[in-house]
Amino acid sequence: MSTATASHTDNYLNHEKGIWSWLTTIDHKRIGIMYFFAIMSFFLLGGIFALLVRIELFTPGQTLGFVTPDIYNRMMTYHGAIMVFMVIVPGIPAIFGNFILPIQLGAKDVAFPRLNLASWYIFMSGAAIAAFSLFTQKVDTGWTFYTPYSISNSVSNGVIMLVMGAFVMGFSSILTGLNFIVTTHKLRAPGMTMNRIPLMVWALYATSIIQVLATPVLAITLLLLVAERTLGVGIFDPTLGGDPVLFQHFFWFYSHPAVYIMILPAMGVISELVATFSRKIIFGYTAIAYSSLAIAAVSFLVWGHHMFVSGQSEFAGVLFSFITMLVGVPTAIKLFNWISTMYKGSVRLDAPMLFAIGFMFLFTIGGLTGVFLASTGMDVHFHDTYFVVAHFHYVMVGGTLMAVMGAIIYWFPKVTGKMTSDLLGRISWVFIFTGFNVTFFPQFILGSMGMPRRYYDYLPEFTSLNQISTIGSWLIGTGFLIGLAAVIHGLIAGKVAGDNPWGGKTLEWTIPSPPTHENFEKTPTVTGGPYEYR
Amino acid sequence: MSTAKHAEFHHAHHFDSAEHQYDASKQGIWLFLVTEILMFGALFVGYTIYHSLYPEVFHAGSHHLSVPMGAFNTVVLLFSSFTMALGIHYVQVDKKKEAVIALVITVLCALTFMVVKYFEYTAKIHHGLLPGKFFTNTEMPEIKNLAMFFGFYFVMTGIHGSHVLIGAGLIIWVMIKVIKGELNSSYYTPLEGVGLFWHVVDLIWIYLFPLLYLVG
Repeated sequence: MSTATASHTDNYLNHEKGIWSWLTTIDHKRIGIMYFFAIMSFFLLGGIFALLVRIELFTPGQTLGFVTPDIYNRMMTYHGAIMVFMVIVPGIPAIFGNFILPIQLGAKDVAFPRLNLASWYIFMSGAAIAAFSLFTQKVDTGWTFYTPYSISNSVSNGVIMLVMGAFVMGFSSILTGLNFIVTTHKLRAPGMTMNRIPLMVWALYATSIIQVLATPVLAITLLLLVAERTLGVGIFDPTLGGDPVLFQHFFWFYSHPAVYIMILPAMGVISELVATFSRKIIFGYTAIAYSSLAIAAVSFLVWGHHMFVSGQSEFAGVLFSFITMLVGVPTAIKLFNWISTMYKGSVRLDAPMLFAIGFMFLFTIGGLTGVFLASTGMDVHFHDTYFVVAHFHYVMVGGTLMAVMGAIIYWFPKVTGKMTSDLLGRISWVFIFTGFNVTFFPQFILGSMGMPRRYYDYLPEFTSLNQISTIGSWLIGTGFLIGLAAVIHGLIAGKVAGDNPWGGKTLEWTIPSPPTHENFEKTPTVTGGPYEYR
Repeated sequence: MSTAKHAEFHHAHHFDSAEHQYDASKQGIWLFLVTEILMFGALFVGYTIYHSLYPEVFHAGSHHLSVPMGAFNTVVLLFSSFTMALGIHYVQVDKKKEAVIALVITVLCALTFMVVKYFEYTAKIHHGLLPGKFFTNTEMPEIKNLAMFFGFYFVMTGIHGSHVLIGAGLIIWVMIKVIKGELNSSYYTPLEGVGLFWHVVDLIWIYLFPLLYLVG
C-alpha cells in the first residue's frame, strides 16, 4: 500500500479498477462521485418536470395536449418531492461533503467508511422506491403530503410508497450527518483545532446536527401517515377525533430545519469561494462559523410560520413571527462578512466566483422576501400564492443551486485533475442568473396580485407575466445544459490543473489532483487558520 | 473503562490507534441513539396532546390493558438490561463462557417479552380493541374515539416491539462473535454498541409502560 501511493500516477480513480470496485468502495471520494451521478440524474428528472409545469402555465387553460389537471398535480408533486428529497437536501453534503470534508480536516477518510457506503445504498433504495411510485402510482398531494387530503380515499395508495421512499432516504441523511459529526470531532489532523477548521466544514457540521436532530421526527411523522392510511389510527384524521394540523406541526418541525439543511452547506461553499477568489483573509471567521450553529439552533424554533393561517393561536403566531425574523441576524452576519472579505480584496471573477456573487444577490432577495412572509399580517395576504413560490425558489434554487454550480467548477480540478473551460462556466452563469430572475421575479408580482400556487389554471390577466416566467425557465434549462457541457468538455479536453489552480489555502489544495487513495501521504500538521492570505 | 488493552487490536487505516477508533465508534452509537429517542419523542408529544384533549378516552382505554402483564414485561426488560451489562463485563475480563450465558439470558428475556406481548395483542384483537378503522368493540358506546387510544397503543408498542426484535437479532449477532472469539477484552466495540441500543429499548419501555398502562 505505502509503496503504491508513493507513485505519482496512482490516485483514487485508478487505485482500483472496474464497476465492481466502485460499487463496493469505502473511499469517501468515490462515494462522493457516486452521489454526484445519482443526484444529477434526479436533478435532470426534476428539472424536466419543472419545465413541463412551466410550459403548461404558458397560457391559461390547457396548454400541453397530454397535461390534464390530474397530470399537472402529479407533475407538480413529483417536481417538488424529487427536488427536495432527492436533490437539494442531499446535494451538497452528500457530494461535496463526502469528497471534501475529510480532506479539509486532514483525515484519510470519514469516521465510518462502511456506514458511508451503506448510506449511499440506502439513499438509492429510497430513491428507487420513490421513482417507482412515479411510474406506477398517481400521487398528487404535493411534496408536503398534507392531511386530511393525503389520508383520504380520493388519493391513490401511491402516497404510501412515495412516503416510504422519503422515509428510507431520511435514514441515509441521518447516517451521513452522524458520520460527519463524528469525523469532525474525532479525525481532525494535529493542530486542527475547532477554530481552525475551514468554514465549509463548519457549515456541514451545523447541517449534520440538524440532520441528526430533525430527521427522526420526519421519520415518525411519515410512519404515522402510513399507519393512518393502512390502519386508520386516527391521529391525523378529524373523523376519528384526530387533528390534521398536528401533521403540519410534525412535518414542519422537520421540514423547516430542512430548509437550512439545504442552505447551510451552500453558505459553506460560498465562504470557501469568497475567501479563495478575494485573496484575502476571511473577515470574521468566528462570526461566520458560529452563525452557522446559530442558524441551526434557531431553525428548530420557527416551524410555526408555515401555519399562520392554519388556526394556531394568535400568541403562537406572534411568537413564531418574531423568532422567524431572528434567523435574519446570523444570515446577515454571514452576508456582511463575505462582502467585507471582498472589500479591498484582489477579487478574481472566475466562473466559481460569479456563482458566489450570484448566490449573494439571489439569496438576499430570497431572504428579504422571507421577512415579508414572516410578518403574520402580510403572510395572510401572500399565503399560498406565487409570492411564496418565488421566495423559496430564490432561496433554494437561487441559493443552493448557484452554490452547487460554483462548487462543481471550483472543485472539478481537484476531483479530476483537469480544468473546466472558464468561458463555458461564465456563459452558463449568465444564462442561469438571468434566466433565474426572468423566471421568478414576475412570480413575486403574480403572487402579490393574488395568483394562487399549485393551480393548473389561472385568470387571463396573469397571462403575460406567466409567459415571461416560462421563457425564463428555458434560459435556466439552457444554462444548466451549458454547465453540463462545461463538465463534459473539461473531462475530455480539459487542461491539466495542477495541485492548486485557484490558489486555495485549505488542506485539499496541498495534495495532488486527483488525490491519492489515502488523501495524505503523511498526516499534515496544522499551524494556522484556514484562510491566511494577507 | 479501560481502553489501554485495545493496543493488540488492529485498527482501521484512518484512525491513529484502536482507542481512537473506539472513541469514534462510541460517539457514533450515542448519536444514533439520540435519533431513536427523538423518533419516539414525536409519538410522546402526540400522546400527550390527545391525552389532554380526551382524558376520558385514555382513561377508559388504559382499563383494557393488563397492568400485571405490562409490569411483568417491565421487570423482564430491566433484568435483561442487567444481564446485557453483565455480558459486556464478562467479555471485558475475558470470561467467555459466563458472557455467553449472560447474553443467552438476555435473548431469552427479549423472547419472553414478545411472548407476553403476543398474549396481550391476541386479547385485544379478540375484544375488537384494534386501532382506528378495525376497531369493533361495542362495550362502551358512550365513549367516542376510543379507537384512538388503541391506535396509539398499537403504534407505540408495535414500533417498540420491532426494536425488541431487532435488538434480539443484534445480541445474537454479537453473541456469535463472542463465541468465535472475535470479541474479547482487546476489542468489544460492537458488543458495547448493541448493549447501549438494548438499554435504550429498555428505557423507552420504561416510559411506555406508565404512559399507556398506568396514567390513562
